[in-house]
Amino acid sequence: MFIPHTDQETSEMLEAVGVKDLAELFTAIPQKHRFPKLNLPPALSEMEVMAELENYAQANESTKDIISFLGAGAYNHYSPAAVDMLLRRGEFYTAYTPYQPEISQGTLQVIFEYQSLITLLTGMEASNASHYDGATASAEAVIMAHQNFRGKRNKIILSPSLHPQYRATIRTYTQGHADIKLAGDNLDPQGSPEALLTQVDTDTALVIVQYPDFFGRLYDYTDFISKVHESGALVAVAVNPMALALFKSPGEMGADIVVGEGQPLGLPLSYGGPYLGIFATRKEYIRKISGRLVGETTDARGNRAYVLTLTAREQHIRREKASSNICTNQGLLALAATLYVSLLGKHGLRKVAELNYQKAHYAASQISKIKGYSLVSDEPFFNEFLVRCPGNAADLAAHLLDHGIIAGYVVGTDYPKSVDQLLVAVTEMNSKEEIDLLCETLAEGHHD
Amino acid sequence: MTEPTIFELSSPGRKGVSYPETDVPLSKMPASLLRADLPMPELSELDVVRHFTHLSKLNYSIDGGFYPLGSCTMKYNPKINETTSRLPGFASTHPLQPIETVQGNLALMYQLQETLKEISGFAGITLQPAAGAHGEFVGVLIMRAYHHSRGDTKRIKILIPDSAHGTNPATSSMVGMEVAPIPSDTRGNVDLVALKAACDDTLAGLMLTNPNTLGLFDENVLEVIRIVHEAGGLVYGDGANMNALLGIVRPGDLGIDVMHFNLHKTFSTPHGGGGPGSGPVGVAAHLVDFLPDPVVGILEPGTEEMAPLYGYKKPAKTIGRMKSFNGHFGMIVRAYTYILMHGSDGLRKVSEYAVLNANYVLSRIRQAYHLPYDRICMHEFVVEGFWHDIADVHALDIAKRLMDYNFHPPTNYFPLIVKEALMIEPTETESKQTLDQFADVLLKIAEEARSQPELLKNAPHDTPVGRLDEVKAARDLVLCCWVPEGE
Repeated sequence: MFIPHTDQETSEMLEAVGVKDLAELFTAIPQKHRFPKLNLPPALSEMEVMAELENYAQANESTKDIISFLGAGAYNHYSPAAVDMLLRRGEFYTAYTPYQPEISQGTLQVIFEYQSLITLLTGMEASNASHYDGATASAEAVIMAHQNFRGKRNKIILSPSLHPQYRATIRTYTQGHADIKLAGDNLDPQGSPEALLTQVDTDTALVIVQYPDFFGRLYDYTDFISKVHESGALVAVAVNPMALALFKSPGEMGADIVVGEGQPLGLPLSYGGPYLGIFATRKEYIRKISGRLVGETTDARGNRAYVLTLTAREQHIRREKASSNICTNQGLLALAATLYVSLLGKHGLRKVAELNYQKAHYAASQISKIKGYSLVSDEPFFNEFLVRCPGNAADLAAHLLDHGIIAGYVVGTDYPKSVDQLLVAVTEMNSKEEIDLLCETLAEGHHD
Repeated sequence: MTEPTIFELSSPGRKGVSYPETDVPLSKMPASLLRADLPMPELSELDVVRHFTHLSKLNYSIDGGFYPLGSCTMKYNPKINETTSRLPGFASTHPLQPIETVQGNLALMYQLQETLKEISGFAGITLQPAAGAHGEFVGVLIMRAYHHSRGDTKRIKILIPDSAHGTNPATSSMVGMEVAPIPSDTRGNVDLVALKAACDDTLAGLMLTNPNTLGLFDENVLEVIRIVHEAGGLVYGDGANMNALLGIVRPGDLGIDVMHFNLHKTFSTPHGGGGPGSGPVGVAAHLVDFLPDPVVGILEPGTEEMAPLYGYKKPAKTIGRMKSFNGHFGMIVRAYTYILMHGSDGLRKVSEYAVLNANYVLSRIRQAYHLPYDRICMHEFVVEGFWHDIADVHALDIAKRLMDYNFHPPTNYFPLIVKEALMIEPTETESKQTLDQFADVLLKIAEEARSQPELLKNAPHDTPVGRLDEVKAARDLVLCCWVPEGE
């Protein structure tokens, strides 16, 4: 059904090409390996495929079926109906990369507006067209900062409260760079950012912290950043963009690079992807950013128009010199985030962020009243916080799952010393009843 | 016609959404941390819908027309993909849910891994890479890790034929490798003499695009692979051109050690205006232990009554994690949907007709455009976009003139080894009528180049905007539509 050729057309085309059948087109393939029999099922009709995929989907328990307080880098938010309706326009999702600007102004202006929104939200001076996700954007920040010092500074300090999967990704990305030294792992993961300063020296290129950090804590990094700057190093801050609707931007605090996971801006959880890697920086580093950039210009008729710019930085021109091979941006996800932020606007973003803040603080205060439970930190937080449980958190989470609740992220999974901790996220999607039920079940879980 | 930006459309106090009032008692906020101003636009829902609908109409798209973009495989993106990937059971699952609650996702990922193994002849698959270039990065990291695991740390040279994809050299340099180019011979194959001369004990491997960017299948592929293996190197296959090979030949059977797929090319997941992609990687048996962490596997085998328990496994010598969470799952669902709809015979038909369509367009235009390597092509081919007897008409002009006839231009100025290259890939989903219209237009443009070259030089005439001032864009560098006060 996706191959339109009739038998008649096929024979006319074979004749025009000058071959007797389709097989004759493939004589360049070594004969003994030509036309292998693929042991795959035969084709299914559309309705059969739909039924099969529904079976897979129904074998899951989604956040529609269970009550979830799971965050740890991906958050369950409401996305207005108009976001997905517009995303489904074939003019957007079946378009290619806008290399031909005359017939791609839609995509180009969307990216330009996306760059603008991210620039303002982060308080920075320029944003690229996006990276794959928060983890890879963090790795690109590390590589950019290292390149910035041309081998004169080789140490990268990773905050131990930076998302463990971001830290793992940075490790993978830098394994071919013999000169890069990663530091910070020996510090107490739940200590304060001040401890990182003890590691900063004249070899340090970058310190990367998170805001809110992996454990949900919000720190004002203003003094911290100025102390790092005194030693000549750069600071990157990985953000949850939703928190920036309420709280000071990293730009205001003096950050040099802001990266982050864009998923909270209206993107479905979709089991982890595709998401959106935010990357913003200061003007002086624009030419060092990897990935696409869209700039404003004029066309031959004198109209305002947009075009991919500074492409000479990219792999397809100075190939061996490139510091990154990234070609794609997350075009469709950048569109989704642009739609979401445009619809919510100034008031909607604030409103959602406030709902998150209030519900999370209600949940934290209720949980801290349950016998045996306490909050690990008294630092400010946004919509996620650490709970110390009266026992093994994994066992407790299993008990709550039996009651249809995902209580949060079991911190011991990544931090073996914190087996009694749960990381609980609360969003506008969680009602007071759900929060109260969580508390009741946690209380019972302790008595069982 | 200029569409205003969302900031120009904004009107203070206007709202586009409604949310419920909070149902919990209010807590105090930390005053010193609060943000003073949130300079975001203020629009109604209709403002937003109209603005983005207007913008969408300025785009060319597969749904709107033919996209003969070489090496990009712009095939039709079936609508069912968009429905299956949005099923709430998929779209509303959190990536860190306990595995017991996401057995459907894990079973689907496992099945796609198994299916890609069968299609490609590889022993292991990772679905984690986010795009083709990300998959390449995985592949070269695996090659490096393999040599290092054998204590063979002096292997730092990657050979890249001049007919390879442009990302290959950048990928190699990201992994700390040194790149050495290998020329093509007169038939467009890898030059075996040059290859042999470059093979020594510093060889990490060869990155082979096959079919290459000339659209030609290397006639000596088995010999190329033998030479590299004999020198202790590995062969990376760039699977961007896999649309020519489904059911035709399995790269693993040829001896390729590692290869990435592009789900957004071969398996019909939409290009999305520049992403998301998805770039799974397949490896031969000796490289399975190096795959990124984690891969999906069976933790407890099933019985007649019980399905197996699927979960995550960490490969023994893994290169590590490439990104957060579990790959571009939404794209994985789309690709699996596409494969189920085609089945084993349908997949072979995809490649047969992709190759037939390319050869047919070539047969229609070959008398008017010079073909530097005259062979049966695979799913794409490359012609020269200029004529020796016409001064000052370039591939770029032909590309821009095609827009006036409502066709997307082919890839141009790539590959670099063909002067003024026009690289044409029709894909199997285009009908003979469309291909004939396209060929007719190419022939007409070849005539125009002689009779009215200014038509080409000034093209496009009928597009939403004319040719862009790219120099101004790079010089002025306006990357944000809102300039803070005081600047």
